[in-house]
Amino acid sequence: MRKSLLALAAGILLAGSVSAASAADKLKVGFIYLGPIGDLGWTYQHELARQALVKEFGDKIETTYLENVPEGPDAERAIEQLVRAGNKLIFTTSFGYMDPTLKVAKKYPNVHFEHATGYKRDKNMSTYSSKWYQGRYIQGLIAAKMSKSGVLGYIGSFPIPEVVSGINATMIAAQSINPNIKVKIIWANTWFDPGKEADAAKALIDQGADVIMQHTDSPAAMQIASERGKLAFGQDSEMIKFGPKTQLTSILDTWAPYYIARVKAELDGTWKSEDTWGGLDSHMFAMAPYTNMPDDVKKIAEDAQAAITAGKLHPFKCPVIGQDGKEIECKGGANLADGQILGMNFYVKGIDDKLPGK
Amino acid sequence: MQLVLEKRAERSNTIALVSPLIAIGLTIVTMTILFAILGKNPLLALHAYFIAPLTDGYSLQEIAVKATPLVMIAIGLSLCYLANAWNIGAEGQFLIGAVAGSWIAVKTQGTDAGAWVLPAMLLVAAAAGAVYALIPAICKVKFGASEILTSLMLVYVADLLLDYLVRGPWRDPNGFNFPTTAEFDPVATVPLLIEGGRLHLGSIIALLVVAAAAILLGRTIKGFEIRVVGAAPRAARFGGFNANQLVILTFAVSGALAGLAGIIEVAGPVGHLQPGISPGYGFTAIIVAFLGRLNPLGILIAGLFLALTFIGGEQAQIAMKIPLDVTKVFQGILLFYVLACDSLILYRFKLVFPNRQVARGAG
Repeated sequence: MRKSLLALAAGILLAGSVSAASAADKLKVGFIYLGPIGDLGWTYQHELARQALVKEFGDKIETTYLENVPEGPDAERAIEQLVRAGNKLIFTTSFGYMDPTLKVAKKYPNVHFEHATGYKRDKNMSTYSSKWYQGRYIQGLIAAKMSKSGVLGYIGSFPIPEVVSGINATMIAAQSINPNIKVKIIWANTWFDPGKEADAAKALIDQGADVIMQHTDSPAAMQIASERGKLAFGQDSEMIKFGPKTQLTSILDTWAPYYIARVKAELDGTWKSEDTWGGLDSHMFAMAPYTNMPDDVKKIAEDAQAAITAGKLHPFKCPVIGQDGKEIECKGGANLADGQILGMNFYVKGIDDKLPGK
Repeated sequence: MQLVLEKRAERSNTIALVSPLIAIGLTIVTMTILFAILGKNPLLALHAYFIAPLTDGYSLQEIAVKATPLVMIAIGLSLCYLANAWNIGAEGQFLIGAVAGSWIAVKTQGTDAGAWVLPAMLLVAAAAGAVYALIPAICKVKFGASEILTSLMLVYVADLLLDYLVRGPWRDPNGFNFPTTAEFDPVATVPLLIEGGRLHLGSIIALLVVAAAAILLGRTIKGFEIRVVGAAPRAARFGGFNANQLVILTFAVSGALAGLAGIIEVAGPVGHLQPGISPGYGFTAIIVAFLGRLNPLGILIAGLFLALTFIGGEQAQIAMKIPLDVTKVFQGILLFYVLACDSLILYRFKLVFPNRQVARGAG
């Protein structure tokens, strides 16, 4: 008995030291995920990018993730656990991790942090996000063309600038096709809750919407639209298998190029704190194939995508008219300034909804 | 031959002591099999869960931080449950405490308010939690409404109130519409005990609460009253104890403790008010209260133990790449065995040999 216990202890010690030795020369990269890796939306796309990192760098890196980390008191501990496990580059992949990431970053100046979609930075803490409003603009064009009732249904998550700018870009594009288009908005107050998202989709369809758009992460709305014979856009990931006859396109979060670039910089010793806000031109996101639409609509979408990628078309080209009919001050020359879009806190003309909390 | 459970003549004190150990033993056996099926080294995995978090100061601190709200809430709940009053809404009282305390923090933000801010926040939070818990208590005493339902439903009311406040009136003006208040001023923050760590004054308060509860239950008439009303309501009536008064009292105390835990969490580890400040502390505390056998010291141990499984689960995810779901299975199996083994305190296994002749006749 005693012998087996000794062997057991030795086994634990040996196994521990072996893994420590082989890990010493590898760069450890950590990830904090908001949802489960199988959410088929936001977290899933980050997980795909992590897998792409493993494929790209192989033995040079070791990756670790913590999934389902709530944006509350546990987040700081989860991030610090990754630091203490030797991770030198840590991606925290949701807005709510901003303050916890900053706290841990201040405590460990030699570890580099990458925070998705936030606005606080530090010497060792970068932020990265995408110009999703560009994709929303394309969706607005398609939606206005495809809607027979002239009513679009929009499931919002939280009334934060990223979501508000998406709604506005959709509306501006849709109005360019059909000046009388209506957008009905339901705030789900969640990023991921298939039950609530499905209820929102049903309510929107009952109110006459025949094209459903969403800023929440699950395929629930797509499934409802599919059941009711309506059309819908996916979100974050390819959702065509939930609505083969329903999905028009989807904004795909393609984080892999950015993650690969940042890990490469870390390996080369050239990592710097940056604020990255990439669009279609820098492949921070992509559009899923344009499906379930006639060729002329597809052409409109493809032309718009090409024009935005080439920098010839800007969704927030001035003049932008606010909800009250007054022109929004144009701080970026020909277009709204990036800061105005990043902090967008107003609706454009024609949106029949009150911004929550305003 | 048949295996049946038979009620013991009296509760077995030996089993009461060893049943948690049996439960842990059975959990380890089950998890070893599960880890082996998953292709993970069971010894390393168990080491990551149970041993590694106990071997460095950082993890010990984190265990204490995680256990603090659980223990505080569970102590209050245990008083209720001992007195046969079923407060299921500690989560709501926790949130209301957090909201009420944050009110002072938000209103004094940026002013030169002095050191009175934090004590005032703690007091207001405890009072608010108590008042909120009194709603179901009074409804029960006056109208006979089920306190289980009313206290549970008030959780959602508290949740939505918090949601409204951080999205509306209390929203950080510089926060880009994100649903959170601005970070609290230093005078509105629970002080840390160790520089650079996360251990805060709240853990000391939790220990004081445990000690106070132990004295209350073990040394005072009130404590005796609580236990008698719960264990033998008829005897208590003959003894002149007023059960209704005790419902009110225990609900108020447990609400106050939950409210206090709420503001300590917000003004401590979180640092601002936001939705999702509680990953279900109020509900997990119910488990802690029963795991600790409604005994203050037991609750302290149970709270620390449950915190250990959270921290260990994270370390297992990192060190062994064990999915989070396995951690949840692990916690579930553990609770299952603990409760299953506890039934052996009042029952015992017995082999029953059926009458052979009947067996033959039937065959």
